Amino acid sequence: MEELTYLLFQVVLGTTFLATAAYLVYFVSQSKEIRKIARIIMVASGVLQTLYVVLRFALAGHTPITSQHEAVFFFAWATTWAYLSFRWRHTVKNFGTFVSAFIFCLLVISSFSEKNIDPLLPALQSAWLPLHGGISLIAYGFLSLAFCGGLMYLLLERELKNKKFGYFFPRFPSLDSLDQLNNHCLTAGFIFLTIGIVTGSIWAKQAWGTYWQWDPKETWSLITWFIYLVQLHQRFTVGWRGKRAAVMAVIGFAAVVFTFWGVTYLLGGVHSYAR
Amino acid sequence: MPGENIILLGVNHKNTPIEIREQIALSSGYEEPLAALKNISGLREYYLLSTCNRVELLLVADPLANIEEKVIHFLFGDRIPLDEAHRYLYLLYGQEAVHHLFMVAASLDSMVVGEAQILGQLKEAYRHAARFGCTGPLLNKLLHKSFSLAKRVRTETAIGSSAVSISYAAVQLAKKIFGNLKDKKVLLIGAGEMAELAAEHLVGQGVDEVIVVNRTLARAVDLAKRFRGKAVSSGELVTQLKHVDIIISSTNATDIILHKDEVKSVMRARMNRPLFFIDIAVPRDLDPRLIEIDNVYLYDIDDLSNVVEINKSERDKEAVKAGRIVDEETLKFQRWHQGVAVTPTIQALKKKMDEIAQGELDKTLSKMPQITDIDRKTLARMAEAMVAKILHDPLIYLKSESCAGRDNSDLKVTLVRELFGLTNEENGQKSD
Repeated sequence: MEELTYLLFQVVLGTTFLATAAYLVYFVSQSKEIRKIARIIMVASGVLQTLYVVLRFALAGHTPITSQHEAVFFFAWATTWAYLSFRWRHTVKNFGTFVSAFIFCLLVISSFSEKNIDPLLPALQSAWLPLHGGISLIAYGFLSLAFCGGLMYLLLERELKNKKFGYFFPRFPSLDSLDQLNNHCLTAGFIFLTIGIVTGSIWAKQAWGTYWQWDPKETWSLITWFIYLVQLHQRFTVGWRGKRAAVMAVIGFAAVVFTFWGVTYLLGGVHSYAR
Repeated sequence: MPGENIILLGVNHKNTPIEIREQIALSSGYEEPLAALKNISGLREYYLLSTCNRVELLLVADPLANIEEKVIHFLFGDRIPLDEAHRYLYLLYGQEAVHHLFMVAASLDSMVVGEAQILGQLKEAYRHAARFGCTGPLLNKLLHKSFSLAKRVRTETAIGSSAVSISYAAVQLAKKIFGNLKDKKVLLIGAGEMAELAAEHLVGQGVDEVIVVNRTLARAVDLAKRFRGKAVSSGELVTQLKHVDIIISSTNATDIILHKDEVKSVMRARMNRPLFFIDIAVPRDLDPRLIEIDNVYLYDIDDLSNVVEINKSERDKEAVKAGRIVDEETLKFQRWHQGVAVTPTIQALKKKMDEIAQGELDKTLSKMPQITDIDRKTLARMAEAMVAKILHDPLIYLKSESCAGRDNSDLKVTLVRELFGLTNEENGQKSD
């Protein structure tokens, strides 16, 4: 069975690579047919990723987010489905190119780490694991979409302000749609992040006897959470939008990345399971 | 050397930054500058074109009159020193001047290649010049030729079909910023033709409302009626910024009418929703520093050209075709001009007379082998003198100054040519 998961992982990697390549070709050629192909491959990749997660769940008997490989893969899976769910409601021109490349990068990172299925640590044997871990990673999925959209916004905004129109200009969506994307994904991401932190806190009470113990991961999640809180608060009160919102999405995502990897590898702490 | 010089002198969006152009732009209309030009001696015919992208003078001057500096001074005034002015200016003579005029008329020199507005502007400029009696036979011919050339380019090439005007470029940008224009409001400041055109374009894209601000409220009300919008007085300008999204400004104001601080103060009330300013006025209406405010986009007329560049390549092929037509017509005009030019006519006339005299002299001398060299020379001198005397009056007639700059030299030339049987062909081979 483990060979099967290996094989499936390679297939996922290959499919996502194809999707990214197709999106890139679409980005250059702007041919509608290629876009259609790219979308189909992307959905296929999403389905295959789901299969892989389910398969590992069946083999391990718990939600597959406990090793570095699993957690990063789950991150990619969450981003993919966050994108597909978003894509289903809004169209943002050429967003897929950026997102598919991002997802592919995550999958490549996950491919480098140990893929073994290890028995679950006693501390993690809880119903809170899928809730806390899964939901936090789904939050990361949405926040990474906001990051991709923020990058696109900053690129386009620069061209519009400097009035120098380069290669990207005709290929980019409108600033408004990128700002809406930012709004939508940050809001969704923030809600999931909040739930992730709250469930984590409840779990901590049960497992460690205290809601909050200033473990580095907890601290950094809180910092991340505050960054997004400030952005959302400012948007609703004084209308932080556009460039500022995009910059905040990028800064917030940097905090996410640090919480996800930096804390585990640099700061350690009780939270460092998924190595 | 031709009997008169065709000189084209001007500044346009390619050579001259807007900061300089706005100091030249003649916002007071054509009458004043046309009257001022009358005072420059040595100018036989002239015409002046002033649009937002260019100010051009087409002059027919006496060959020896050094009028360039006077005209440059007229154009730039004392604000810009002469040697600096030369950097921004193009100064074309003869065939090159004609070629440039034709390029302009064919809309090949426009910021938006292929746009149709320029022909209307050209015609209007000509109408003014003609009414003031500034144009003469040469410019009349030249400008009419340029009109028909523009028509020819339009029908024979597809340059107009894919033409994007400034207003189209503005719509493109608005879409890049706002995405959907359906719920957006447009504010027109001032009521220029260009602004109206841009507003029309935006209405075509389904914008929600058009609001017009004008110095004279009556004019604003008129314009607002056309777009089924509303008119407000110019005092309300800043308050209106809270509600509108796209602002098109094209007033005749010589100063900036909207400053950075004023716009910045409304951004908070707008909850930072983007503002898109289009400044098509020359001199500019809007503070260039508006661009420093977050979520504010400001484009002046030069900037819009960059947007237009994006769609350029499709038009390039047609532009080459159109360029060929321009070259062809320039050559045709050159032929015609040489045909009517005074100097070649004088030369042709002299040549013909000399040939006749020489021919008859040779014939006569061959029948008188006995005469001495001294006699031969005397006879030759006599023939020369006769030619000179016969030609004296016609030449005076050809060279005579016409009164008040009105020049009918082409009539005179035609008359002399017919009278003496000078054909254009023999002249066409001669070049100046």
